[in-house]
Amino acid sequence: MRSDGKCPFWLKFVAFGGIFFLHFPIIVIAAYAFNTEESAFSFPLQGFTLKWFAAAFARQDILDAITLSLKVASITTAAAIVLGTMAAAALYRRSFFGKETITLIFILPIALPGIITGIALLSAFRMAGWDLNFWTIVAGHTTFCVVVVYNNVIARFRRTSQNLIEASMDLGADGMQTFFHIILPNIATALLAGGVLAFALSFDEIIVTTFTAGPERTLPIWLLNQLTRPRDVPITNVVALVVMMATLIPILCAYYMTRGKESIEGSGK
Amino acid sequence: MTTPVKSHIALRRNISSFLYRRSTVYLLLLLLPPLLWFGIVYLGSLLALLVQSGYTFDDFSMTVLPVFTWKNYQNLLLAANFDIVLRTFAMATAVSLFCACLGFPIAYYMVRYAGGWQRGFFYIAVLLPMWASYIVKVYSWTVILAKGGIAYWFINQAGLGHALESLLALPFIGGNTLSTSHLGRLLVFSYVWLPFMILPIQSSIERINPNLLTASADLGARPGQTFRTILLPLAMPGVVAGSIFTFCLTFGDYIIPTLVGPSGFFIGTMVYTQQGAIGNMPMAAAFTVVPIVVIGLYLTFAKRMGAFDAL
Repeated sequence: MRSDGKCPFWLKFVAFGGIFFLHFPIIVIAAYAFNTEESAFSFPLQGFTLKWFAAAFARQDILDAITLSLKVASITTAAAIVLGTMAAAALYRRSFFGKETITLIFILPIALPGIITGIALLSAFRMAGWDLNFWTIVAGHTTFCVVVVYNNVIARFRRTSQNLIEASMDLGADGMQTFFHIILPNIATALLAGGVLAFALSFDEIIVTTFTAGPERTLPIWLLNQLTRPRDVPITNVVALVVMMATLIPILCAYYMTRGKESIEGSGK
Repeated sequence: MTTPVKSHIALRRNISSFLYRRSTVYLLLLLLPPLLWFGIVYLGSLLALLVQSGYTFDDFSMTVLPVFTWKNYQNLLLAANFDIVLRTFAMATAVSLFCACLGFPIAYYMVRYAGGWQRGFFYIAVLLPMWASYIVKVYSWTVILAKGGIAYWFINQAGLGHALESLLALPFIGGNTLSTSHLGRLLVFSYVWLPFMILPIQSSIERINPNLLTASADLGARPGQTFRTILLPLAMPGVVAGSIFTFCLTFGDYIIPTLVGPSGFFIGTMVYTQQGAIGNMPMAAAFTVVPIVVIGLYLTFAKRMGAFDAL
């Protein structure tokens, strides 16, 4: 509904000001990671240096945290892709009693605040007598990452023509062949986009993780520990920039992968 | 040599045909793993939480006894605990209002005036900060608002140092410094959830027929009148949909209240302290039931406002 009327100046100002406001903290993090000063957040910045990057990547605790976060995010993403795709494949076409409820259950972990998911999982693990470890972190992350894959894939399934699948089966392909030659190529970018988002979500997750992590420290938890008792400020700044990039780059990729996918092969009947 | 291969293929085809004809079996097979995961891991956990909220916490031995009691819920109504609920509620409401006031013009501009390159630019410019690392964004604000930091530098350069002092001296919104004031906390909360407000409003404005606004102007309405009587009522489902996020996310957050703003518990921080430092899981569980109930009520209200169609 674009209008040809002239935009009032204040509206333009608020709109661009709002966008600037949204990006300002991201710019600040990027700038402070290169700041020469050692202990404070004073402004203007003192000078440009790369030495904190070297210092940060020489720290074993930071490398351990990065490795752990990468591991958790990878396994979570794999599990979320499998479970999310299965759910999407089951729910996109048929409607049956209880379907709405099932959809709601998938969405619930991301709709309810993380603290509820976190403490619920923790209380269940305690009641079951399980120790908190790597796998309890993965279990927590998978629970709220499934919905991201599910949303992406189900949207693509709805736009994929059912005729293609039936044609493939009519021409004698079995289920596996149809899956690998017809379904998978059609949903590939949606899968990738969902997977990338799930990865970013898991890599950055903190609230659920504080409850489900044992002695292990993921990168966001490492960061939170730094913040509650400030020390090594420059190194913290570098880690913050790394975490920021690890979430921003996947988002941009996912955006470009799912953009302009309104017309899919075979959708025009 | 070829026989086992052939029978293998035949078997696969038989399975395919069977699943295609008995599509309910196929559906069940697909749905079973995700349902098991969510049924056991997630719903099971929520149930465990609910059960624990009825357990007894022994103050002397600091242990949890599996004996049912209503005491945890009664404790919620103690003045000190009820204050926490009210404080969280007030902040969640303030954040939602602030986000709506700031998000609406941005969303309106995106729909009505952003064409060409601006369209993609605005969309991605709202999406990026929304997905960018939550903890880093909050950290960045502690850097910005710190004494001697960026915010203070700009305010002093603009000669508004005294104005800020007197603003922070006000009750309810003030505090010692920007980063330990209610104002600072409101700012950070609003910043973090603002994109969640912009996007639903944008999609609901997009569905309004622009002729309605033109007709209103043709019939002599001033811009303010058109906004009040045409635009706002029609975009209301989007505003309510956005407020679901801003309200619910604020209600359950515990990182921002820990890092920014004055001391004084929020529901989130209380839950964390109860289960962590004190080890009183039943009381923590009872506290989590509050956001579940409030959010449930809020979602019912939002559904009645038609907000779910705007998502």
